[in-house]
Amino acid sequence: MIPRPATGRRIVNLLVSVAASLAALSGIFILLWITIMLAYKGLPALNLGFFLNMPTPPMVPGGGLANAILGTLLLTVLATFMAVPIGLLSGICLGEFGQQSRLADFCRFTANVLTGMPSIIVGIFVYGLLVLTIGNFSGLAGAVALAIIMLPVVARTPEDMLRLVPDPLREAALAMGAPRWRVTLSIVFRAARTGIMTGILLGVARVSGETAPLLFTALNSPYMISSLFHPMPNLTVTIYNYAMSPYADWQQLAWGASLLITAAVLALNLLARFVFGEKKP
Amino acid sequence: MPQARDIASAIPGKAPAKIGADALFKWFTIIAALVVPIIMAGIFWELLSLSWLALKTFGWKFFISEAWNPVTQNFGAASSIFGTVVSTLIAMLLAVPMSIVIALFLVELAPPRISKVVGSLIELLAAIPSIIYGMWGLFVFAPFMATYVQPFLGQYLGFLPLFQGPPMGIGMLTAGIILAFMVLPFITAICRDVFALVPAVLKESGYGVGATTWEVTYKITIPYGVVGVLGGIFLGLGRALGETMAVTFVIGNSHRISASLFAPGNTIASALANEFAEATDPLFISSLIALGLVLFIFTFFVQVVSQLMLRRMYRGWSIKV
Repeated sequence: MIPRPATGRRIVNLLVSVAASLAALSGIFILLWITIMLAYKGLPALNLGFFLNMPTPPMVPGGGLANAILGTLLLTVLATFMAVPIGLLSGICLGEFGQQSRLADFCRFTANVLTGMPSIIVGIFVYGLLVLTIGNFSGLAGAVALAIIMLPVVARTPEDMLRLVPDPLREAALAMGAPRWRVTLSIVFRAARTGIMTGILLGVARVSGETAPLLFTALNSPYMISSLFHPMPNLTVTIYNYAMSPYADWQQLAWGASLLITAAVLALNLLARFVFGEKKP
Repeated sequence: MPQARDIASAIPGKAPAKIGADALFKWFTIIAALVVPIIMAGIFWELLSLSWLALKTFGWKFFISEAWNPVTQNFGAASSIFGTVVSTLIAMLLAVPMSIVIALFLVELAPPRISKVVGSLIELLAAIPSIIYGMWGLFVFAPFMATYVQPFLGQYLGFLPLFQGPPMGIGMLTAGIILAFMVLPFITAICRDVFALVPAVLKESGYGVGATTWEVTYKITIPYGVVGVLGGIFLGLGRALGETMAVTFVIGNSHRISASLFAPGNTIASALANEFAEATDPLFISSLIALGLVLFIFTFFVQVVSQLMLRRMYRGWSIKV
């Protein structure tokens, strides 16, 4: 028996394989292109003054972004302190109590939808909720907006990890007479610790590079942080303002800030992935 | 009976106070879980009430009018909606085929070790903040487009109205291409899951009758996991619709509808980011927020469809999500 010639099909297969490899390469190429450009343009800006000095007017040398670096750190920490307790409790509800319930199903669904919401929409929401109510842009509003973006990320990860904790562990603790809340907090949480840390790290990584929601809430400021109820300097909005300005020294600072933010976000992601995320659900 | 109560409270785990603490804890967690749905409802309510002024002033014409003039107080959403749809369309046309073949590469072609490294690198594309794509897009990628890609397209495809006009670098096409790389990792991740979860028996029977890798993917894997692939595509679509900072940097921010992809335009998100700081007039602010309401409704439906599809896929394969 003579087999049917398969050249055409083989060629198609070969073409698709080549296209697939090229597509994967182009994705990696873009990643490298961005990171190398960041290092090339941003590294010259990163000197001691960048971290210690306050911003100067354009064309005045010696400007730094000390206030914006502190502001971004403060906003991220505040957002984490707001989002993590609520996120963890809600994760417990979904993972421990309500695995089958309709309510938990509904909450899970909305958390997924909120994860995909454009961050700028969250910005407008907090603008209406806090900025209009208080009367001016404020760091507090910025932190709340970041917390809302972080919340679904933090809430969904522990749920998966809590499910992986074997039931006999819970039963053993319950049989010892421990109340349910004690079992959850000190036994189950400890077992699911790495997964929960992964969720928190990914949440922090997600919000520390956010810009759009801050345009509507924390805004930006060239001065030192004075209070939570005033506009708060931060790196991302500073990047936006400086990059759009016509001054070369400001653009240089914007590159430095971009490098700093990207390095931090990528480091958090890698940490979550390789240190804590070894046991993926 | 005071005695009986004493005995009851002496037995650990039976004490009335502890039962109360348990119920309290459970209620705490339920309230925390309800925060997210409450925020969703709050977002919708807030957007609706803040955009009421604009919707009342312009009525239905707001959605079809191309006007955007802060001086004469005349606003319409058409150019922003057009820009959002066009830039998203370009992004999806590029990202969907690329994501599918990358997933194919990761699951079927590459050796496990390479697949793991390449997969991680592609996932890192999603970790880079939007504003960094904007910086890179404006200062690196747009000049590249203006010097190499756009003159080339203009020369060979210039007879199409899509590729006419001066090669400025910024514009719809550049924004769409950058968006494509931003949503690529999301679609790839889902397609990779889908391809990996198709039962080996199905693929092997395909190979057994002599099918090539591509034929197995195209005729067996994709039809089997079509709901999941569609869910992934919709997930990427939702991301592309609302991407803000990257687009704001490179799209040019002009409220005009133009046939050429080289021309500057704007999207809903870029108009919001670009003009909100300048808007002081109540009607201007309200019109911008009305744009936000449109974006919210778009993305909400896309996300809901995407989640329903992904759920159906994972449920069908009895994986809990």
